[in-house]
Amino acid sequence: MARWKRFIRNPAAVAGTLICLGLIVVAIFAPAIAPYPPDQMLLGNRHLPPSPGHWMGTDFFGRDILSRIIIGSRITVAVGLIALLAQAAIGIPLGLAAGYFKGRIDMVIMRLTDIFMSFPTILLALAIMAVSGGGFWNLILALSITSWTSFSRLVRSQVLTLTERDFVQSSHALGARDLRTIFRQILPNCIPIIIVHATLVVAVPILAESSLSFLGLGLPPETSSWGAMAATGRAYIREAWWSVTFPGLAIAVVVLGTNLLGDALRDVLDPKM
Amino acid sequence: MLTYIGRRIALMIPSLFGVTVVVFGIMQMIPGDPAVYILGDQASEEAVQALRRRMGLDRPLLEQYVAWVIGILRGDFGVSYRDASPVLPVLLGRFPATLELMLASMVLALGLGIPVGVLSAVHRNSVIDTVSRVFALAGHATPTFWRALMLILLFAFYVPIFPPSGRNGLASIVLPAIALGSSMAGVIMRLTRSSVLEVLSDDYVRTARAKGLRERVVVYRHALRNALLPVATIIGIQVGNLLGGSVVTETVFAWPGIGRYAYLAMMQRDYTTVMGSLFLFSLIYMVINLLTDLSYGWLDPRVRYG
Repeated sequence: MARWKRFIRNPAAVAGTLICLGLIVVAIFAPAIAPYPPDQMLLGNRHLPPSPGHWMGTDFFGRDILSRIIIGSRITVAVGLIALLAQAAIGIPLGLAAGYFKGRIDMVIMRLTDIFMSFPTILLALAIMAVSGGGFWNLILALSITSWTSFSRLVRSQVLTLTERDFVQSSHALGARDLRTIFRQILPNCIPIIIVHATLVVAVPILAESSLSFLGLGLPPETSSWGAMAATGRAYIREAWWSVTFPGLAIAVVVLGTNLLGDALRDVLDPKM
Repeated sequence: MLTYIGRRIALMIPSLFGVTVVVFGIMQMIPGDPAVYILGDQASEEAVQALRRRMGLDRPLLEQYVAWVIGILRGDFGVSYRDASPVLPVLLGRFPATLELMLASMVLALGLGIPVGVLSAVHRNSVIDTVSRVFALAGHATPTFWRALMLILLFAFYVPIFPPSGRNGLASIVLPAIALGSSMAGVIMRLTRSSVLEVLSDDYVRTARAKGLRERVVVYRHALRNALLPVATIIGIQVGNLLGGSVVTETVFAWPGIGRYAYLAMMQRDYTTVMGSLFLFSLIYMVINLLTDLSYGWLDPRVRYG
């Protein structure tokens, strides 16, 4: 409890929590919050600089950038959470199996992990998107296939230390079957470290999505993905700095928020690290 | 030591074999017929058949895979569908540009990260500590492409000191290197800081101080070498990240390296080039990791390879 008290008194933890909660609230109520329809094109409004009417200015098509960023938050939240769940769904079972059964199973899974770790993430994701023809679910596939390895390695190392502990040994001694030991004794003890890790790495698919969309191999420009918005603005960066600057700042604020929250949660849930 | 290097290289072989399976597997994700996909829907049946034969798509999958791997073993990565140029020589011709960019980014990251990290540790909670913390957070939180665009906006357009793109002399590498290296610089800074802080509370540092050594000698001669060990471990991962980031950086700055080449190949559906560059990138990645592991022994004689 004392640790949670420290969490509340830590300004970085509070800032991180507020940013993450704020993002989720904005994403849920996006259409109500956005001051203009995000796709409304008014060519007379092309490249208006930031003003009280348009806080973040307008883009080449006269669309309100703030409204598009607000709507785009839905993509950021969806990509971050779904890719994270997919990574966890691949990585956690593999890590549990490798750490618990050891021996040959461990060797095979760790080799597999090594193979997927020997690609630069962004390059493999780009290739998958280029080959598969794009789309939201291919994007999720590309982002999870490249990043599940951190979960499997983390869980494996945690399981390796847990299996030596008395309560796991007693579970064996009482004749519990492997699956029962894994799900009743080991997995619950991995949860805190998994939560901390998840908060720290949720930014990875968010950043990767923005880069892929920026490079034209992620989500299409009409989705108002923040990366795609920056890509649209790039051609006019000299005339309209705001069309690139604000989408990028939005990404930075969100990533910063998840990092601050992750660091603070680590202090609370996993004081050893 | 030599046995260790030999064993590590031997261990790379099954991994590289796995890499070929993954790369080949990804290429099977092409929806429908790759020949149609490359030529477009309007292509004539003869043209499609001709391309299928040229690509070997009329042969069984396993045969295609084996042919591709044998080609790689012989140093033949195939020819580009787009301009019929051989993939490997073109990639190797572009490698120096990528290497140059990565080295410049590393020099920046280490040259800025380590001294500032040490200063932040020695002067904890000072102005420099706060500045380095903000810098590290910003480097970590911003996407590479955005840092690149902001640098172009500020230092190529508003204050035109550096060229906005291309590879033309020393000035042209400054912005790409900052865009790519600043994230690594932030990581190195924070890690150096925490590592130095930890070492400074060790017994041998207290002994050194008790002997009456000057603080500068204590920090730089005694503490720093040990403090740099965790920094060395992270360099490998970070250089790997640089390699991934080079794709984005090279694309934004039109830097003629392998990252941009691989990206253009993806956009043009030039699959032999995509496969070849994926393989080459992962090979480079593994070599970087090997070199990092070997560097521990040089930094820390306690590390024994066996």
